[in-house]
Amino acid sequence: MTEVTAIPMEHGLILAAVLFALGFAGVLVRRNIIFMLMSIEVMMNSAALAFVVAGSRWQQADGQIMFILILTLAAAEASVGLALVLQLYRRFQTLDVDAAGEMRG
Amino acid sequence: MMPTIIEICFYAAAAVAVLSTFLVVTGKNPVHALLYLVVSLFAVAMIFFTLGAPFAGALEIIVYAGAIMVLFVFVVMMLNLGEAVVQQEKLWLTPRAWIGPALLSSVLLGLLLYVLVPSDLHMAGATTISPKQVGIVLYGPYLLAVELASMLLLGALVAAYHLGKHE
Repeated sequence: MTEVTAIPMEHGLILAAVLFALGFAGVLVRRNIIFMLMSIEVMMNSAALAFVVAGSRWQQADGQIMFILILTLAAAEASVGLALVLQLYRRFQTLDVDAAGEMRG
Repeated sequence: MMPTIIEICFYAAAAVAVLSTFLVVTGKNPVHALLYLVVSLFAVAMIFFTLGAPFAGALEIIVYAGAIMVLFVFVVMMLNLGEAVVQQEKLWLTPRAWIGPALLSSVLLGLLLYVLVPSDLHMAGATTISPKQVGIVLYGPYLLAVELASMLLLGALVAAYHLGKHE
């Protein structure tokens, strides 16, 4: 019987951590709201990756269930976020998030 | 020991994912950044396949790269952003704006790596979890979560309709 090929769980989790840190830096740095939304997608995707890696480590389906739920959350967040982007651009003719920081009705 | 084909796939896809995500975060043109994000999602889907989670990999391509990214592309096309945005990003992305957040997130990453680099490694992906197993668990113990997710999607639908409406 041949040895089963496998990936170390830690390497998958390190990849998830690197992607999360990149997305986090993106959210902090960018002022364009579309890039901020993209960075948030990257962060959620890395969290989902961590769940799938852990589920794969213990050979349970639960990791993929959490992935599906995060996917649902990401879809909901993207639709609402992009609708907000359209509203921001319609009202201020810019994608700068600071433009919406004045609380004028 | 020679690396197996699965290991080569995993590490190559990981490198592609990190590189394309870096280009997303540092990109100046929104359309180029979106396309790099699609590449990054494809690489993560490849990682799911190598980890023995084919259902998650397929969903990553169909829903993430196929539906959510198309939504982003539609919005970017509707806004019709031109060269002006690239010039604006060049003004915003100065080293002074970069250095603080980059430092903070690299400290966070360093802490995570410190926790995640132990002496012994635990193997993942030894078996494939089929879509059938996922479906049985999803509509068994997690049925309530599915219902909550449907409520969340309904809420998102109503909110997107309301926010996207012309005045």
